Amino acid sequence: MGLSPRPEPKLIQTTSEEPWVTTRLDAFINWGRKNSLWPMPFGTACCAIEFMATAASKYDLARFGMERQAFSPRQADLLICAGRVPFKLAPVLRRIWQQMPQPKWCISMGACASSGGMFDNYAVVQGIDTIIPVDVYVPGCPPRPEGLLYGIMMLQKKVEKERMADRSLRDEMEPDPESQLFIAPSEIDEVSEPFGNSVQQTRSGL
Amino acid sequence: MSGNGSFKPVVAGSALVAGAPSPTTPRKVARTGTHPNPSADAARAQFGDVVTRVDVVWGETTVVVDQSSVHDVIQWLHDDEGQRYDYLSDVTAVEYRDLERPLEVVWHLRSLPFRRFLRVKVAIPRGATLAVPSVWDVYKSADWLERECYDMFGIEFTGHPDLRRILMWEQYKEGYPLRKDFPLRGRFSRSEQLRQALAANPEARYSKDELTIAQALEDLPADMRRRLTSGERTGE
Repeated sequence: MGLSPRPEPKLIQTTSEEPWVTTRLDAFINWGRKNSLWPMPFGTACCAIEFMATAASKYDLARFGMERQAFSPRQADLLICAGRVPFKLAPVLRRIWQQMPQPKWCISMGACASSGGMFDNYAVVQGIDTIIPVDVYVPGCPPRPEGLLYGIMMLQKKVEKERMADRSLRDEMEPDPESQLFIAPSEIDEVSEPFGNSVQQTRSGL
Repeated sequence: MSGNGSFKPVVAGSALVAGAPSPTTPRKVARTGTHPNPSADAARAQFGDVVTRVDVVWGETTVVVDQSSVHDVIQWLHDDEGQRYDYLSDVTAVEYRDLERPLEVVWHLRSLPFRRFLRVKVAIPRGATLAVPSVWDVYKSADWLERECYDMFGIEFTGHPDLRRILMWEQYKEGYPLRKDFPLRGRFSRSEQLRQALAANPEARYSKDELTIAQALEDLPADMRRRLTSGERTGE
């Protein structure tokens, strides 16, 4: 399959080796972070309408400390990509992610943002995880507000368990061809062969 | 305003055609056999053999004209006092699966004073150069419509002031997506498509100069110009 084994997690220390003060500080900081996530909605399609319903009074996103919607990436912790992303928007989305300060998380909301959805065509990115790292995928077309809330609560659990000692969490890495994690684009195409790109495919029979 | 009993809506064209009954929405229109738009006969009388065919389907008239003189026909439809097609609602193209059938470029014209709709078509035979004259000098709204048609079909509109891609990015190399020989997922692999898309610099394409209305300021009405220069919002 061309998939290389994951590297040994040498950087991650076990909890028992960390001093009591550090773990308590982690717990305190994470408690603060998870209850005051500032989301930035990157809404491009119908999922954004469902996000608005989530933020409105009935489902009330403010209960999760998301009172403040940040419409500037520089004052946001959480990018919620709601909707399909065309290739023309790909550099814009990556730029917005780079503009967000650490720590930052990302929720991919809906089928289109997670995998391209029904838009398996020439213009749409097949999943935003090919552009930016994603923490939680919320399935649905579009997901119901309950689904998004569940995804947010999953992310809160993830934030809760983060540790400052784990340096790999906050390091932004460009894929290095020398590293074990690097997969050549040709291998990715090979893996996705039956469902991936095919120049033979056309509906007109030409 | 609507509660006021003396309010009478202004009906476009009612003053122009004296004695004519107020136009209503046609019902139960037959697929064929209805009368063509009077503009079709007028165009035939004016241009003769340039009009090669007139079709009426579902009460909508299609006029097929010669490729070389389509600009003259549209100019005349716009300028003539008896036609006054003052609104260009769409410019698009049609390619058929049948390899024998020519590719067609379509203009949708609407006459608000006379409440008429006319579809003007040009057939470009297979193998011929995909080029038709631009009607940008007649309708300014043709600017983006022709750019979209060029982007999706690769039809060159000669005389267009700024003919470049509008939906796909300008460096797009894979061809023209709505052509029948274009594969649904594009010609390049997914990784190559993503690499090319991410290589683009967003600021390079969406420059402030392009978004500003500074260049068009002189063409605006005086009061709008005054409000814009004083920083006041127009509120449309």
